[in-house]
Amino acid sequence: MSPETEPLVKVENLAVAFRGGVRAVDGVDLTVRRGEVVALIGESGSGKSVTLRAIMRLNPERTSRVEGRIRVAGQDVMALPKRALADFRGRTVAMIFQEPLLALDPVYTLGRQIAEAVRRHEGVSEAEARARALAMFERVRIPSPERRLDAYPHEMSGGMRQRAMIALALACRPQLLLADEPTTALDATVQIQILLLLRELQRELGLSAIFVTHDLGAAVEVADRIAVMYAGRIVEEGSARQVVLSPQHPYTVGLLKSRADGALAKGARLVTIPGSPPDLARRPPGCAFAPRCPLADEACRRDPPVVSPAPGHRAACWRVPGADAAEPAQRADAA
Amino acid sequence: MLTFVGKRLVYVAPVAIGVSIVCFLLVHLAPGDPLSAILPVDATQETIEQMRAAYGFDKPLPVQYALWLWRVLQGDLGTSIATGRPVIGEVGRAVVNSLILASVATLIGFAFGTFFGFVAGYFRNSPLDRAASAIAVFGVSVPHYWLGMVMVIVFSATLGWLPPTGAGPDGSGNWRPDLAHLRHLILPAITMSVIPMGVIARTVRALVGDILSQDFVSALRAKGLGEFGVFRHVVKNAAPTALAVMGLQLGYLLGGSILIETVFAWPGTGFLLNAAIFQRDLPLLQGSILVLAMFFVLLNLAVDILQTALDPRIERG
Repeated sequence: MSPETEPLVKVENLAVAFRGGVRAVDGVDLTVRRGEVVALIGESGSGKSVTLRAIMRLNPERTSRVEGRIRVAGQDVMALPKRALADFRGRTVAMIFQEPLLALDPVYTLGRQIAEAVRRHEGVSEAEARARALAMFERVRIPSPERRLDAYPHEMSGGMRQRAMIALALACRPQLLLADEPTTALDATVQIQILLLLRELQRELGLSAIFVTHDLGAAVEVADRIAVMYAGRIVEEGSARQVVLSPQHPYTVGLLKSRADGALAKGARLVTIPGSPPDLARRPPGCAFAPRCPLADEACRRDPPVVSPAPGHRAACWRVPGADAAEPAQRADAA
Repeated sequence: MLTFVGKRLVYVAPVAIGVSIVCFLLVHLAPGDPLSAILPVDATQETIEQMRAAYGFDKPLPVQYALWLWRVLQGDLGTSIATGRPVIGEVGRAVVNSLILASVATLIGFAFGTFFGFVAGYFRNSPLDRAASAIAVFGVSVPHYWLGMVMVIVFSATLGWLPPTGAGPDGSGNWRPDLAHLRHLILPAITMSVIPMGVIARTVRALVGDILSQDFVSALRAKGLGEFGVFRHVVKNAAPTALAVMGLQLGYLLGGSILIETVFAWPGTGFLLNAAIFQRDLPLLQGSILVLAMFFVLLNLAVDILQTALDPRIERG
């Protein structure tokens, strides 16, 4: 493949196991093209944040084991030596964390924290780095940016902190932005502002992005494609339209039904998915969703096949039409 | 910042008054009559009354306190019953000696404590951590007067490298910064440094472990900082607490070093207190306790101010 058509991110058969035998991520394939936004959705513990962190190799090295292939912008992330990895982080890929108050160093001013990243990657003077920080603050529309550069994280509101976090992430002009539930910790009204800002910046800068969220509404708002994760695997993937309008996997259907937006009549019960996700240290054989699935039968004890009902749309389930004819999914741990 | 310092100074006043009252009363609560130490056994009742009047012991307590405080404020802590010299001079000299010993010990303890603490915190649950933590636990729990005697036995009596007692070769009790006096400082300072070393190592280990597990450390790595870059952030985050603990340790050492100063015959406040207690030298005892207590109050103030300067989250108002 030529560099133009090669996807920016290609994750193949990613598996992350933690000490104690928890396989948080268990065979994830994920592709992100240049300028594309992919949303990874799923409930807590489905492995979406761990997948995201693996792309930057941020999972703790001493307590986790990562397998599979990760290529970002032509670089083999798994094989990067320490120094090159540090160059790669922040420069090629940047991350926005869920809770900016915890993700910013409390005893450094915001301006210094941004300038530090710029100096680290571009070797410019303190004054130039500060000028960049100021420009970024203006870009993310922080009011009175000059003054806010000298503020400490605790002196700003949640929305302003997340804007500062975005400014920090984008300060070195990365090609890929990883956002780990960037709006979860914020008020509903602020969430929308931040989402709109992220989408605007992503388009202006031509960024690729992976957006982890458990909020389907947020995913539809920003993403071109949506990947639904369950128990460490991607169970359905497709364009945002495909996934929302014609969901194939029973889990996706359940997620869509259990949203409480607008139409819920007074007194009507919110539809929920019964049960809870499996223990990832002892995952059952076959489809991990089967114990909670209303459509499950004997077939679901075997690993489900990946079925493609439409171009670009994939689901791993026996109940999807055409599943019987399809090949069972190939798994790294099948042996 | 200046208004903050001003405010903190105002808060110090009631604490200082309270401390002075406690100091004054403590001595009066203690059993035994100070005059019995200087009066002959066969003194007549008349002589005793005369002496009580001369020292002011015949007046009611509040009056005694007011008179005492008034003199204290003028820098007059009375006259030592045992030596007949002004208490302020005796205490002042001892404070300087103790301050030298305590600061050197705290600095040594801080240097080693932060080192062991960082090693243990960075390599949690590794053999390195266990070794560093064992040293810290040893430091906190070893009886330091015993350690002092062992040090004297090993380095003075057996090896003959260092002098065992006193502040200097002339025995004058005035410490000067020269080699001969420095040699006298080494053993007591090292013995004394073991406690702050242990306390600071344990504090820093917990701090570093806590800081490293926080999200912002991941975020620092995510923006491309190497281990050294992250380390600088960890240090700045750990500094306010570590310095506060160091300041409090200095305070404890200033007043609580009676045992070590006695073992090494170091002419500091602990030594002085010891002497004052055994000689029932009331003015001297009162004076030393007051000065030490005030030191502690001022040290807390200094730590507060330093912490505020280092940690932006502490309110400056």
